[in-house]
Amino acid sequence: MSASATTTVAESGLAISFTDVEKRYGSHVALRRLSLKIAPGEFVALVGANGSGKTTLLRMAALLSRPTSGKIEFQNALKFHNDDPNSAALTPAEIKLRIGMVGHFTMLYDELSAEENLRFFAKLYGLHDPNRISAEALIPAGLASRAKDLVRTFSRGMRQRLAIARALLANPSILLFDEPAAGLDREGASWLAQTLSALRKTGATVIMSSHGQSEALTLATRAIAMRNGTLIEDSGPNGNARAIIEREAAPIAGIWDSAQ
Amino acid sequence: MNRPAKSVSLTRAAASVFAKELRVEFRSFEILTSTIIFALIVVFVFSFAFNPSAADSRRFGAGFLWIALLFASSLMLQPSFTRERTNDTLAALVLAPIDPFAIIAGKLFANFFFLVLVELVLLPAFSVLYNVSLLGIIGPLAGVMLLGTFGIATVGTVFAAIASQARMRELLLPLLLLPALVPLLIAAVGATMGLLSDSHELPLAWVAVMVCFDIMFFTAAWLFGGYLLEE
Repeated sequence: MSASATTTVAESGLAISFTDVEKRYGSHVALRRLSLKIAPGEFVALVGANGSGKTTLLRMAALLSRPTSGKIEFQNALKFHNDDPNSAALTPAEIKLRIGMVGHFTMLYDELSAEENLRFFAKLYGLHDPNRISAEALIPAGLASRAKDLVRTFSRGMRQRLAIARALLANPSILLFDEPAAGLDREGASWLAQTLSALRKTGATVIMSSHGQSEALTLATRAIAMRNGTLIEDSGPNGNARAIIEREAAPIAGIWDSAQ
Repeated sequence: MNRPAKSVSLTRAAASVFAKELRVEFRSFEILTSTIIFALIVVFVFSFAFNPSAADSRRFGAGFLWIALLFASSLMLQPSFTRERTNDTLAALVLAPIDPFAIIAGKLFANFFFLVLVELVLLPAFSVLYNVSLLGIIGPLAGVMLLGTFGIATVGTVFAAIASQARMRELLLPLLLLPALVPLLIAAVGATMGLLSDSHELPLAWVAVMVCFDIMFFTAAWLFGGYLLEE
């Protein structure tokens, strides 16, 4: 892949498709024959009650979990724009490089400081100058003054902001956010919405799950409702995402008004 | 834009994981303290239970030493992966664009290093309690200890990764680990017993068994390490 092509991939979103994907844990079916295509640059809200399969779907998209049957494919925008037929073939490491994930848990080490956590992951992602990058990443998260403090001394909201900063370290093309607003106060939720809004402008693909409404969900261009491991409703890229979110996600008064 | 210069090599990624393991442990000393205390207790208990003479120690001391180390290692290796579950940091490691074996290797060498630290405390205590002088055999004994410890760390790290996925993870590791380490235990005890004998001879056949064991399990960890980390 040429240098210019690499840059194009990095700045565009990543398409992802699920074909007849099923996930079983013993006799429990977490996901039932799900088929779904998400185009580069889409902001997808995954809504549904706890246990509906949202987390399973996101973890499989992050290559953390292998489907029991069916397949998950990633394509980058180059496939549609580049003449080189091999340009779209990404290795698992190349896909992982483009994925940023925030999960139910913080994915941070309590015994390390905020800066040490980010520096460690910056090194694993092969980023230039991990010291500078980790210090800079703390600024928008509002944690620069706590850079040297151990994560175990942080509040839930601060940990969540740091978790989001970690997920964004390598400027991912696809963002998988599992309940990212959990634990955030109003200020933190607004910061999350602003961050996601800025990411959308870069063309990043965002898939965000939530069982309740949040300010960040108002940015969604598409909504998918899930129940008992089954996709029950999909607004599609140009459908009425808001209607699905309002119906399926537990309401928080006034968020749509404040977003308008 | 924060863009990677190039993909991180296996060695660099493993070194980063190794350094992280050390940093986390030396902040809390949770694993090292409990493992050293446990290993010392086992050596003390055997010493008081059998009250061995110098001749007894030459015959049975090697067995007591390695059993103490084996029990202590099963205690120490357990948190290697289970503490990555607390905040789901294992997912963050698996999500990183690195060879999954780098995660196993970083942890394996960290566990090896911690076990060597345990031995640095255990061996002087063993020498005093069992009335065995180790000064004349310190070189070959160090070689045997390092080979045996590497085998324990390799098998232990792999099984800790497997056990961490299971529901009864606390019980599973010793059940998997101890039987798998029997060949290594026999060879390590045989080699150490030879060194503790009057002739202080190092039985090379047992050393060869330990080398083969280490190579075999390290290669298996390299080949299949990635699968161990999948959900």
